[in-house]
Amino acid sequence: MKQILTIALCVLVLAASPVAAEDKILKMSTTTSTQSSGLLDILLPAFLKDTGIQVKVIAKGTGAAIRDGMDGNVDVIFVHAKGREDTFVADGYGTERYAVMHNDFVLVGPPSDPAGIKGMNDAAVALKQIASSAAPFISRGDDSGTHTKEQALWKATGLELMLHTQTIVKKGKKKEVTSSMPADSEKWYRSIGQGMGKTMTYSDERQAYTLSDRGTYIKFKYGKTPAVDLDVLCEGDPLLANPYGVIPVNPAKHPHVKIDLATAFAEWLTSEKGQKLINDYRLVGKQLFYPDAISM
Amino acid sequence: MDLLLDSLYSAILLVVGLDAELLNIVGVSLTVSLGATCIASCFGLPCAFLISFKSFPGKPFLITILNTLLAMPTVVIGLIVYSFISRRGILGPLELLYTQKAIIIGQVILIFPVITTLTIAAISRIDKRYRQTALTLGASEMQVVGVVFREARYGIVAAIIAAFGRVIAEVGISMMLGGNAKGFTRTMTTAMALEYDKGEFVLAVALGGVLMSMAFLINMLFHFFQGRGDQYAV
Repeated sequence: MKQILTIALCVLVLAASPVAAEDKILKMSTTTSTQSSGLLDILLPAFLKDTGIQVKVIAKGTGAAIRDGMDGNVDVIFVHAKGREDTFVADGYGTERYAVMHNDFVLVGPPSDPAGIKGMNDAAVALKQIASSAAPFISRGDDSGTHTKEQALWKATGLELMLHTQTIVKKGKKKEVTSSMPADSEKWYRSIGQGMGKTMTYSDERQAYTLSDRGTYIKFKYGKTPAVDLDVLCEGDPLLANPYGVIPVNPAKHPHVKIDLATAFAEWLTSEKGQKLINDYRLVGKQLFYPDAISM
Repeated sequence: MDLLLDSLYSAILLVVGLDAELLNIVGVSLTVSLGATCIASCFGLPCAFLISFKSFPGKPFLITILNTLLAMPTVVIGLIVYSFISRRGILGPLELLYTQKAIIIGQVILIFPVITTLTIAAISRIDKRYRQTALTLGASEMQVVGVVFREARYGIVAAIIAAFGRVIAEVGISMMLGGNAKGFTRTMTTAMALEYDKGEFVLAVALGGVLMSMAFLINMLFHFFQGRGDQYAV
C-alpha cells in the first residue's frame, strides 16, 4: 500500500512540474478584432521569443474584456474604447493606459446603396441619410467598442435619440444602464447584440448597412468565400478613428495579478520592435493597424 | 454571493417595474416556444402512436435513430436550417432567416424526437391487455387510440413538458436562426447570452430567474391538467 502511495505521489509531482516551469504566463482579455484580424498571431510569438512570457488570450467584446479587468480575472486588457479605458484607469482598476495603435471604422452597405451614401466622408451625414431613407441598418448593440462608437456617431447626427434605461442592482445599490438608438426606427434599425462577424453576416443576409472595423470587413470581403455582398460606402471621417490601448490591471485592486509581466507586455508593444511589427502587418495585402506610440 | 443577491433584486425590479423590453423578450420566448411545442406535438404524437401500433421491418432501428436524434446539438440543427433559408439557400426567397418562424422551424426539429420517443416509451408502459380488451369489446381503431391515450396521458404530458423545457432553455437555434434582433427575435436565453457578452452578469442571472419563474408557472398549468384528468379517471 505504502509503495502504491509513494508511486502515486511521484506521478502527481511529475504531472505538476511542467506547470511550475511555465510560470511566465500572462492572462489577457482582448477584443475579438485583435484576435480575428490575425494580428495577435504575429505579435504573441515574437513577444514569447523576446521575453519568454506566454500570453493566454481571452477574446470578448470590449465591455466584457473591461469587466474581466475589473474583476481581476486577467492581468492585462487590450481594448478599443478610449473613453471607457480612461474611466477604467481613473477608477483605479488599471495602472496606466498605453496607446498602442489605431485603425478605422467604415460604414459598409449593399452595392445597390439605397440611401445613396457612396463616396461620402462625413459619417454623421451618411447615417442621417440612411435614417431619412429608412434603409435597413444593423447595430452590434452589444456594448462593444464598435457599438460605443456607433452610438457616438448617431449622437453626432443630431437626430432624435431614443434612450433605453434599465435599472439593475449592483453591490446592493441601484444602477442605471443606458443605451441609445435613433428614435422611431423600428422599421429599419435592428440591434442584434452580437459580435462583428455575426453582424457582418446578418447585414449581408439582410442587405443592410452597418458600422464595422476595417479589419473584420476586409476579412469577410477578401478572406472568405462566399465573400459578403457589401461595399465600403463611407470612410475617412476623423470621427471614425479607432484607437487601441493596453492597460495592466492594478495590483492595488487585485494583488494576485502579474503586474511585472503585464507591464513588460505593454512596454514591449509600445517599443520600436512591437510597433514595427504592427506597422508591417498585412491582411490580404492591406495594412490594418497604424502604430501610435512611435511615429513610423 | 453578491452576484446572486444583486441578480435577485434586479429580477424583482424588472418584473415589478414591468420593464417594456423584458415583457417583449418574455413574449417572444413564449410565442416561439409554445408554438414550436404545439407544432412538434401535432406531428410527434401521431408518429409515436403509428410507430407503437404498427409493426413493420426496421422498427427497432427507426426507434434507435429517433433516440440518436435526441443528442443532436442545437448548433448542427441551426446550421442545417440556416443553409436552407439563407439568402444563398434554396428557400432564400422566402426571407425566413432572422424571423421568429425560423426559430420555430429549428426548434420543431429539435423536439420532434423528444416528443416521439418519450411518447413511445409512455405507450409501451401501458399494459397490452387494455388494447386487446378494447379490441375484443369491438372498439374501432380510433377508440383504441383514445383508450391508450387516456392511460398513457401522464407520460405523454411529461413528454410535452420535457420538450417545452428543452426549447425555452435552448440558445443555439434561437441565436443562429433568430439573430437576437432586439424587439423581434430576442428571447430570454439570447438576451442572457448577450448580457454575459456585455459583462452585465447581474442582468443575465436576473433574466435566468425570470425564465425559471415562467417555466414554473407553465409547469403548474400542465400539472393542473394532469391533476384534473386524475379526478375523472378515478
